[in-house]
Amino acid sequence: MSASEPRFRMLLTTLVALVLTVLPLPPWLDPARPAFLVLTVLYWSIAAPRAGGIALGWFAGLMLDVFQGPVLGQHALALSLITYIAVREHQKIRSKPAFQQALIVFAAMAIYEFIVFAIDGWSGHLVTSPARWLHTLTSAAIWPFAAAFLTNRYGRSS
Amino acid sequence: MAAFGTGTGRQLHRGGSPGFRFTLYALLSIVVMFLDERSHWLESARYVLQSAAYPIQLAVSSPSAAWTWLQESFQTRDALRAENNRLRAQQRSMEMRSMRFEALERENAQLRGLRQALPPVADHWLVAEVVNVQLNSLRQRVLLNRGTTNGVFKGQAVMDETGLLGQTLHVGPWSTEVILITDPEHAVPVEIERTGLRTIAVGAGDTASLALPYLPANADVKTGDLLLTSGLGGVFPAGYPVARISEVHRDAVQPLAQVRAAPLAHVDLDREVMLVWFREASPAAPGPAAMTDTPTGNPLLQPQTAPPRPAAVPAPAEGSIPAAPGGKKPDAPRASSTAPSAEPATKPAPATKPAAPATAPRPRPDASPPAVPQ
Repeated sequence: MSASEPRFRMLLTTLVALVLTVLPLPPWLDPARPAFLVLTVLYWSIAAPRAGGIALGWFAGLMLDVFQGPVLGQHALALSLITYIAVREHQKIRSKPAFQQALIVFAAMAIYEFIVFAIDGWSGHLVTSPARWLHTLTSAAIWPFAAAFLTNRYGRSS
Repeated sequence: MAAFGTGTGRQLHRGGSPGFRFTLYALLSIVVMFLDERSHWLESARYVLQSAAYPIQLAVSSPSAAWTWLQESFQTRDALRAENNRLRAQQRSMEMRSMRFEALERENAQLRGLRQALPPVADHWLVAEVVNVQLNSLRQRVLLNRGTTNGVFKGQAVMDETGLLGQTLHVGPWSTEVILITDPEHAVPVEIERTGLRTIAVGAGDTASLALPYLPANADVKTGDLLLTSGLGGVFPAGYPVARISEVHRDAVQPLAQVRAAPLAHVDLDREVMLVWFREASPAAPGPAAMTDTPTGNPLLQPQTAPPRPAAVPAPAEGSIPAAPGGKKPDAPRASSTAPSAEPATKPAPATKPAAPATAPRPRPDASPPAVPQ
């Protein structure tokens, strides 16, 4: 197995997650869309902290900024912070059962959304709709399935 | 490699510890944010990133585009013929309506005291296709398949055949992000067609309504009033239809009326929109963001019936008018009942002088288009 292989799978899944994140959805469904890109980046920073790590988080966040951020660097900062936490604690998180992992993901999503929210406020694009917090819940709920899927499809050595 | 089995401590620290690298990236993000928010140094970076993002956006929109294409190609002959008939009837009624247009224009010019009729304000336009749509309560944006290679510039007006749609915000080489008039961060200077009262229409975050938050409770506004662009603000020319007042609430304890308007453009249905270039010499062209007393050039364009401009145009105050319709209003007169007529300072009392200042020729900004919302 070459060293570049997991990196390739990582980039592929990240790209797919980015597409899922920007895919147009009906407006009533849009706030409930899980943050696929954040989940994928979290997965890879826990499963292979060496391969992507904080750089992956930062660049994924920058792409998110291009697509939907009012300020460049906003999602990049938030995502690199929770990627850092995940990379640091990856061994502890790995050993937890799926439900507890989902709780950790919920906490990470809350931190992420709070940073985005704070920067929104700082840059004068404040939106205080409660709908913006909805995807922290849906992301946590979908985490066990997303992690299992990624492990089955891409995580194993071939 | 096992799924959860890589990254022993030593290898993890290659290229600095995670903490060090995180600090680096966090600093980088903060620098990027500052540069993007406070200056325009990152426009070129955004340009590159946007062109990199365009293929993804195209791919994302391809299923719905394919579906539309399929629907169109399986339309029956009858449906096509019906549509053709309908379009022909429409064209005939348009021609009937525009038949008197030139005569009316000449008459209008005479009434205004101009010696010759003025060319229409719209110079030419470009049809663009909507590639990607973001319509939620936080962001109302669409992506068009035209960019700088087609001559599109930042702060350009976007319309459909029924009314104003928005303005370009980030222009890439092949794509352009458009902020719609319904975006909560967008505001367009308008005037009420019936009375000439000028105010500002702010996006309300859904495709069906605009808010007019700066009208006093006793303002002369009724349901059904048409809102036109006022030509102030430097982006949109005067006189283009924007919206129709849909509801007016007057509360005895509130100094301001709560007014909503429904945009005329089909904000959520459009697949094709128009990017418009305006003739700069036309008096209806968008006024400059920062008013300076430069000579207006063609003396023929001076309206003779308009009141003479005060010699000391308070230039700095005028310049402080939020440059773009989308710009945040500095200290919007929300709470103050003394100056609720939206256009801060320098404007005459609303409703008393209907259209005169709006038709007065304005010097063009010789610089790039004015700042647009970030």
